[in-house]
Amino acid sequence: MPSDRLDQLRSEAEAAIAQAGTAQELEDLRVRYLGRKSELTGILRSISTLPPEERGPTGKAANEARVTLEEVLDLRKEALESSELEERLQIDKIDVTLPGDPPQPAGHLHLITQTRRDIEDVFVGLGFQVLEGPEVEFDYYNFTTMNMPPAHPARAMQDTFYFSEQVLLRTHTSPMQTRGMELQPPPIYAIIPGRVYRRDSDATHTPMFHQVEGLAIDEDITLGDLVGVLREFGRAMFGADREVNVRASYFPFTEPSVEVDVSCFNCGGRGYLKDGSRDPLCKGSGWIEILGAGMVDPNVLGFVADNGYDPEKVQGFAFGMGIERVAFLRHGVPDLRMFFENDLRLLEQFG
Amino acid sequence: MRAPMSWLRAYCDPPITTEEAGRRLNDAGIELERIDRVGVGAPDGFVIGRVLSAERHPNADRLSVCVVDDGSGAERTIVCGAPNVAAGQTVAVALPGAVMPDGTTLGEAKLRGVKSSGMILAEDEVGVGEDHDGIMVLADGPAPGTPLIEALQIADDVLDLAIAPNRPDCLAVYGIARELHALTGAPLAPDPSDEDAEPSGEGELPPVEIDPEICLRFTLRVFEDVKIGPSPLWLKARLSAAGQRPISNVVDITNYVMLELGQPLHAFDLDKVRGGQLKVHRAADGQKVRTLDGTERTLDSSMALISDAEGATSIAGVMGGEVSEVSGSTTRVAMEAATWVGSNIMRTQAKLGLRSEASARNEKGLHPDLAMAGQRLAARLMVELTGARMVPGTVDEYPAPAEPRVVPLRSARVKKLLGMGVGDDEIAAILGRLGFGVTRGDGAFQVTVPYWRDGDVQREADLVEEVARVHGLDKLPITLPARRHAVGRLSPAQRTRRRIEDALRDRGLSEVVAYSFTAPDALERLRLQDVPLLRIANPMSEEQSVMRPLLLPGLLDAARHNAAHGSPRLALFESAHVYRLSEPLDKAPAGSPNGATPAHERHHIGALLTEALPGTWRSEPRPADFFAAKALAEAMLESVGIEMWVEPGERPFLHPGRTATVLAGDERKLGWIGELHPSVARAWDLGDGTVAAFELDADLIAELAPGPQPYRDVTSFPAVVEDIAVVVDEELPAGEVEAKVREAGGDLLDRVELFDVYRGEQLGEGRKSVAFRLEFRSPERTLTDEDVAAARTQIEAALADLGGALRA
Repeated sequence: MPSDRLDQLRSEAEAAIAQAGTAQELEDLRVRYLGRKSELTGILRSISTLPPEERGPTGKAANEARVTLEEVLDLRKEALESSELEERLQIDKIDVTLPGDPPQPAGHLHLITQTRRDIEDVFVGLGFQVLEGPEVEFDYYNFTTMNMPPAHPARAMQDTFYFSEQVLLRTHTSPMQTRGMELQPPPIYAIIPGRVYRRDSDATHTPMFHQVEGLAIDEDITLGDLVGVLREFGRAMFGADREVNVRASYFPFTEPSVEVDVSCFNCGGRGYLKDGSRDPLCKGSGWIEILGAGMVDPNVLGFVADNGYDPEKVQGFAFGMGIERVAFLRHGVPDLRMFFENDLRLLEQFG
Repeated sequence: MRAPMSWLRAYCDPPITTEEAGRRLNDAGIELERIDRVGVGAPDGFVIGRVLSAERHPNADRLSVCVVDDGSGAERTIVCGAPNVAAGQTVAVALPGAVMPDGTTLGEAKLRGVKSSGMILAEDEVGVGEDHDGIMVLADGPAPGTPLIEALQIADDVLDLAIAPNRPDCLAVYGIARELHALTGAPLAPDPSDEDAEPSGEGELPPVEIDPEICLRFTLRVFEDVKIGPSPLWLKARLSAAGQRPISNVVDITNYVMLELGQPLHAFDLDKVRGGQLKVHRAADGQKVRTLDGTERTLDSSMALISDAEGATSIAGVMGGEVSEVSGSTTRVAMEAATWVGSNIMRTQAKLGLRSEASARNEKGLHPDLAMAGQRLAARLMVELTGARMVPGTVDEYPAPAEPRVVPLRSARVKKLLGMGVGDDEIAAILGRLGFGVTRGDGAFQVTVPYWRDGDVQREADLVEEVARVHGLDKLPITLPARRHAVGRLSPAQRTRRRIEDALRDRGLSEVVAYSFTAPDALERLRLQDVPLLRIANPMSEEQSVMRPLLLPGLLDAARHNAAHGSPRLALFESAHVYRLSEPLDKAPAGSPNGATPAHERHHIGALLTEALPGTWRSEPRPADFFAAKALAEAMLESVGIEMWVEPGERPFLHPGRTATVLAGDERKLGWIGELHPSVARAWDLGDGTVAAFELDADLIAELAPGPQPYRDVTSFPAVVEDIAVVVDEELPAGEVEAKVREAGGDLLDRVELFDVYRGEQLGEGRKSVAFRLEFRSPERTLTDEDVAAARTQIEAALADLGGALRA
């Protein structure tokens, strides 16, 4: 008889637990079915009064019922707590469209710095080291060793700031060619980024701007190698399908001298845009001039011949490009002077 | 250089368009800036006509009613206002529908009641010249109805070319024609200077004396019976298209020869050359001369002057003088063609601020042979166009005649430099077309340089360039260097600099790039009068006349700009060079300075804050102050493994009580942190809020950055953490207390962190409590209470030495 009652109690309790909707109801059920005054506890206490042959089976069944009910209660409790949490969270709602609240908003690198670093990274990948040098420079390095002795007509091409007859603000990054070769015997593969200065100021000229010089001297560097390196540069900076075009030019410190154009990334080199209009970026030519270059003039090497740069034994190329021009081409900043106004409304658009 | 296509095609006429010719020249180094169209809109509608009759207009005294044969068979009536129109003239006629140079289309019109269908043309109406005094009367010959363009260049394309300084031979139409010949293979007409004029009669040549240091060659020819008048239309048309105003036949001849050959000439009225003699010499310092443009110029002793018996007549190679200018009454002309020292001319024109077409050529250093070439062409034109008689003989002062230059060329060298081989036949052909004399050997050439390329082509590499640019740079193979030994990488210093820049960027600062120069005024406002400055001798303005000795002025300028443009709260940094005078600047070494630098130049990194943390929709902005700037500097240095500390410092532009000197490494001074002196902030219109800044030496940071850090065991055994608070004098810097704690704590004291500063009545006047969190740790064992108690006792004793009392 007690075992029938146990089954009955158990199913009754299970049904009640399943119905319980709050933690309190569940606690009340625990007291009712498992508490000190519950019928189950009563049965367990009264086992000793049963006939000996019933004690074993009844005790076992009663214990099983108790364990089962405890498990069922715990499970139900977990389920209830979890759904109560969900309900609370549903109410605890924010407007996720409000602005984020970072500990500190990130700042910006200047467009010139970003562009310079991009250029540096491309050439580091091509095996070039990065050299730097003084901006206040000797005439000797800026002009004389660049094959522009005093009164050379090409000096007039670069209107110069002077401190004294022999000391000036470098007009290009080229003086670091000589400084680099004085420091390091061949081979040398280097780029030299930095500030340069010319007496000029309008929408396309500022008295200070930035260049990157390139120099590669080894036993057998050719003009074809120059074209190859600059094509890789053009592709890295302006898109994988760029081509380069080389035109003859003149620089006192290179012979032969060339200008290098990269196929226009705005119009794909066609010269006109999708709507059929002339591409304003390349002015309809399909090509964009990016830099001047050439094979290093034997006279330039002659100044460092003692350090292993005998022009009969080593040869190589040099190039020079304007960082502002690359930045202009990539980002379209319309006026060179804007690079140096440091207007946050411009700076915050980049990097 | 403006090169009219019709003029070019008179010497070399390749079967290509103007655009293609321009492109070919451009690719070969004769840079095409643009193509201009000059003259009438289109040559159609302009024909030769013959005036059959010219009667006075019935209603207007100054107009004529002309009947013109335009070749169509019908007679055409044209009302003409020119005083010189007359029956029988061959004239230039524009028919209705013709497009004039200004783009307007000629229509039919009634003039004072007479219908006029067309226009009889004056020079200026078709852009040939500037004369508007009368109609052009053409030479008889072409039949009426003949297109006018066949008789007169009324429309032309002009190549506007930028000529590199090494190519004065291309500041000349014939030189450019020679380039076209070399590039296209189209035939080149003979050099127009090959033929000379025949002298006749007798006459005297003036005596001439020269200074060979400033004049390499001086030639002079004399022409008698010169009739000054206008130049023929063909010559005016060429000069006009090339941008040169026609003046009179003699002056036009000098300009024409210069534009065709590149040799500047000067024509003297020989009757106005006082004493009939000329002398080339250096000017006296302060000597004055009035040039052709009517301006009085003051010379110095570096400049070359041409004088007659009584004084200066011309600034040599730059501009003639008024004294012996050719005029309408001139009958005797002395034609000068000279060769000057290019660098001397360049300096003279720079000093005088005077550039002319002549000086732009002379400054390049022309070859003396060109002077005689110019004389020959000019002589033919003088005889032909002015009816002059050339006096026999040439004055030719030429003390050191130049020898032709011979340069060897190896075809293997061509291949080695270019990375592409060019056949020997092709090399010889290219050089031949450019006018070089070529003698062939086995894989080698002896190349004789023509005089017009002597300045530019002196070495083998120069010849390689000639071969490459004419053969075609588009044929170069595209390769990469083998670079057997080269490795690309940033230097440790460059990586450090990138990291500190990124650290500031990541903490909300925006980078600026400011000019390296500043105003002396700005440094005065920073009270930095005593810094040894680098001053630019020829600045563009006072505002940009000294090199900045620190980054701060640029940051302040940027802050002011942004404050004025709606961003008063900002956080900026710059990473760039600063400059100070080190050695005296007039002591440059002879030869190579061997890597020395002329000034003291360092790379700095500086920051300026008017706000530490911007406000958001739920928090107030945190204003900038000393501690915000200090935390930034610490975080930046920590990103490269440098631990810094500070001591109270002093800078003239900073708040005297809120300035620190930053130290690191072995007591090395990195720079400063501080709040700007309020008067400095006001001077830059930054208002009354606190402006905090720092500026540190990035070169020194790179030097001190330790590189890879060794491992420290901080996980095997737990740390013991204890707090300690000590009451000290207000004046005692917390940093000194902390240093004392560290010193006394011994090896077991791993970290010390100041977490509270407290002032209160119970501490007493002039006292403060400073609290530290101490972290004790051993990499070898778990610390016992006794270990920590011993260390703590030592710390307490040390603090007592400082006059500090422990707080319970």
